[in-house]
Amino acid sequence: MSDIAIGGVGRRNYLNDSHSIRSWLLTTDHKRIAILYAISITIFFLIGGAAISLVRLELLTPNGMFLSDDSYNKLFTIHGVIMVWFFLIPSIPNTLGNFLLPLMIGASDVAFPRLNLLSWYLNITGGLFTVAALVGGGVDAGWTFYTPFSTEFSHGAIALAAIGVFISGFSSIATGVNFIATIHMLRMPGVTWFRLPLFVWSLYATSMMFVLATPVLAVTLLLLVIERLFHLPLFDPDYGGDPLLFQHLFWFYSHPAVYIMVLPSMGVITEVITCFARRRVFGYAFMVYALVSIAGIGFFVWGHHMFVSGQSPLASLIFSFLSFVVAVPSAIKVFNWTATLYRGQISFEAPMIYALGFVGLFTVGGLTGLFLASIPVDIHVHDTYFVVAHFHYIMVGGAVSAFFAGLHFWWPKITGRLYSESWARFAAILMFFGFNFTFFPQFVMGYAGMPRRYHVYPPEFQVYHVMSTIGATVLAAAYLLPPVYLGWSLWRGRRAGDNPWGASGLEWQTNSPPPPKNFVRRPEAPDQPYDYHPAGQAPRADERSPRRAANAAADR
Amino acid sequence: MSDQTPALREPWDALAKQREAATFGIWVFLASELLFFGAIFLVYAYLRALHSTAFEQASSHTSVFYGTLNTAVLLTSSMTMVLAARAADIKVKAAVVVCLSLTAACGLIFLVVKGFEYKQDIDDGLLPGDHFALAAAAAKMFFSFYWGITVVHAVHLSIGIVAVLRLALDVYRDRLPLRSPQYEVTALYWHLVDIIWIILYPLLYLGGRSS
Amino acid sequence: MGFPLYPAAASTQAQATDAIFIGLLVLSGVVCLLVFGLIFGFAFRYRNGSRANRGDLPEFVQRDFEIGWTAATLFLFLFIAWFTSATDLGSLAPRKGTIEIHVVAKQWMWKTQHPNGAREINALHVPAGEPVSLAMTSEDVIHSFYVPEFRIKQDVLPGRYTQTWFQTTRTGTFHLFCTQLCGTEHSRMVGDVVVMKPDDYARWSAAQPQADDIAKEGESLFRSLGCSGCHAPSSTVHAPSLVGIFGKPVHLTDGRTVTADDAYIRDSILQPSRAIVDGYANIMPSFSGLIGDDEILRLTAYIRSLRDPKESMR
Repeated sequence: MSDIAIGGVGRRNYLNDSHSIRSWLLTTDHKRIAILYAISITIFFLIGGAAISLVRLELLTPNGMFLSDDSYNKLFTIHGVIMVWFFLIPSIPNTLGNFLLPLMIGASDVAFPRLNLLSWYLNITGGLFTVAALVGGGVDAGWTFYTPFSTEFSHGAIALAAIGVFISGFSSIATGVNFIATIHMLRMPGVTWFRLPLFVWSLYATSMMFVLATPVLAVTLLLLVIERLFHLPLFDPDYGGDPLLFQHLFWFYSHPAVYIMVLPSMGVITEVITCFARRRVFGYAFMVYALVSIAGIGFFVWGHHMFVSGQSPLASLIFSFLSFVVAVPSAIKVFNWTATLYRGQISFEAPMIYALGFVGLFTVGGLTGLFLASIPVDIHVHDTYFVVAHFHYIMVGGAVSAFFAGLHFWWPKITGRLYSESWARFAAILMFFGFNFTFFPQFVMGYAGMPRRYHVYPPEFQVYHVMSTIGATVLAAAYLLPPVYLGWSLWRGRRAGDNPWGASGLEWQTNSPPPPKNFVRRPEAPDQPYDYHPAGQAPRADERSPRRAANAAADR
Repeated sequence: MSDQTPALREPWDALAKQREAATFGIWVFLASELLFFGAIFLVYAYLRALHSTAFEQASSHTSVFYGTLNTAVLLTSSMTMVLAARAADIKVKAAVVVCLSLTAACGLIFLVVKGFEYKQDIDDGLLPGDHFALAAAAAKMFFSFYWGITVVHAVHLSIGIVAVLRLALDVYRDRLPLRSPQYEVTALYWHLVDIIWIILYPLLYLGGRSS
Repeated sequence: MGFPLYPAAASTQAQATDAIFIGLLVLSGVVCLLVFGLIFGFAFRYRNGSRANRGDLPEFVQRDFEIGWTAATLFLFLFIAWFTSATDLGSLAPRKGTIEIHVVAKQWMWKTQHPNGAREINALHVPAGEPVSLAMTSEDVIHSFYVPEFRIKQDVLPGRYTQTWFQTTRTGTFHLFCTQLCGTEHSRMVGDVVVMKPDDYARWSAAQPQADDIAKEGESLFRSLGCSGCHAPSSTVHAPSLVGIFGKPVHLTDGRTVTADDAYIRDSILQPSRAIVDGYANIMPSFSGLIGDDEILRLTAYIRSLRDPKESMR
């Protein structure tokens, strides 16, 4: 049974080690850097969320209410740019990943701690440039920046926004280099590759994509800026250039980018489901192969964003075929998570509710990906709300749910406090319903022909937009709950023990919150990941509700 | 057992492991640079395939004298960089400082020559704009590429020069032990910048000059 | 007030697309039922402390299940990939007897032109049941021509032509949307495709302001812009004859053989040095910046109309 001694009280941990601003802003401790990232991504989430709230409000009526066409275009662009590059991409890897990776492998920090800090500064510098673009004129080309609109016709602050994203790209590359080196070189003895938690594997696959895909984004944005600012033609058809070249370059990065956003989520989900079902993960090896194949094959499917672009039919057929192939490993993961529940001892704390919600929503999102991989269907629904719904099911229903699952699961470890379980469950369920009410109508109206990025629309679509906006209001309310009860727990929450969930994993073998150098005494690496029960036996019922045991111990 | 020299940093407990990690890390970073420049070369290849005559014609207007001179300078700098890394290995401090300084000097010479070349290019009307000298529309694209890629390369080179100079200074003032991983890391980066140039040189300067 | 749950199917492609959509819906429904059913089932049955039987699965069953459902998923997905691709391939080649409409997109309107010269803005009248092919280009940024009820969509690019086609199955008025973000009034770049019974269409067509046949307009442009100075048979300048070249293969100096289609004609006018006919010198001046897409349309129509008198009508 895990150590349930009350940790943190009076002990030196990474949070109380030093209180000066300087010690935070110049820290090289991966745990503090994770907190810095958590603060910055929250601010960006609020900005991106505010933008889309205005959009959803405006869409209540078919002819708009208070926004001009230009303002509308700028608002959804800023929503996309900020949410993709400054919230989703850094969210799990740079907050949970930064915090947990060294702990999970028994190391005292990442391989290059100063580079880690530089990553954060690059990220927020890029973010500042991008927000400056927002304030200084707005960006109206969509997060996809297609040429020639973005290079020659837009009157927005395109170059500034592109430079901001360009800078943040180096933050990603640095993180990727850091994580790959950390996983290769800092695993403590006994932590072999096939004993790693799947969260670590997901970070490894994600880091490969960080390193190999992000440079192409950098080039794409660089060439965009060169053409726009210095009028040096490269994509301009008047000089023999090709606007499709931009699209190929852009999507070569942006498709792996969506896997960058979802793979870490999958890692988190495995950690949560195994713990709250008290089961070893079903098919560990296949789960690893699935992660790695999604990352690998994901580099070769970018053309499915371009079926109607004017690319050759042969290219479209190849991309369609590969897009179907890449769906297979994702399906395997869904089956394996479901099978992990079999014969478990399942409890429904907030992380588990988020995790099960993830599996459902990711399944829907993934299945709609099959629709989009089919060329005839895609021709009809490309650039309609069907696509918008598809990617929000994966990014919000999937990645954001997983982020909250992880946040709640590791909250006791990160802060040393227990949050209010009833509020957390309520928020999780409210979020699930709000989310579905927001985005499911969008599938229907997308197939019905409602185009995306439309400020005004034919009146027959209004009922869907109203449903979607009502859902979004519920979702927004649900998002406002965690800051409140999590913040409350920092002030008045019960102190957490080292392992309130009775979870496996080396991070639970140290104090909550951990000391600055991670471990007071050397952790013991298990022979199997997720050793919730001995092989050949089922988990016992008296392992139930680890939370209750922890609470009981806390009351002693 | 821990090695308490100033070169050893958290989270490492042995310098050998730290060196290994630094080398590993720079190779991973070089992989990303490969994709970066690879994408740029792909753009070039595609545009050139589309407009081979115009590109050939345009590349015959670049200054092959300055380009070749710069190639020689960069290759020399790679040699001095190798010597510096080797000298660090065999712990000859004076040689390290001299070779690193020579490397940085070669880099600076490159930039100066490039400056002269740019001036001549502008005088020849090769900056795409209203007074562009060449008639073919696609020639403007060649020169967009030329200006873009040479500036990007120059930026990478400048970062390298600063890194080399800083290294030389640290060694000179005994602030960095000769066993530090930074020599190999800097050398690898420098060689990458050199290799990029070696690929760029024929693309930019040698087209259209064979007949 | 009704709201669309499903757009009307008004073209042959719509029927094929909807069949695939419904098939995928059924499949998705089955998968969702299976996955959600298992999750709910397991969550209930194996909830903490329940008295369900829990033994461990024997090793080989684990492995067999994994391989089994991986293979099944892979084959199923490959089948869907094949089926949908076959449908796509089937719709690639336009049918014979096609009416050719030229479409020019610009911020923020659609300009369509019929073969007999009738021009429309933000509208397209077509007869029902006949295959209609669209040759489209843009004057500025990328737009996209989308008719939901036909289930067709094609991006419209500056500097080149893109093609799509449809064959309607019923009359009516259908939405035309621009679906590639093209600037401020992107959401207002909408129009109507009006599908009429053939005799209604004939009456409508005859009632249009009689613009000159665009090929005739092209002929006068051919003269006024000086093309006939080199390309007329009586010219002293050695330039290729344009009679009967449309749609035929052309041999170029660099060894390639290309088809003289809309794109080739356009390139020859705007960037003549890109593809020089074998046996001729690179002396044709470029008209880039001197003529617009509308005029290129007319010139192309004129060249298209120049048939070799010895050839029979197609």
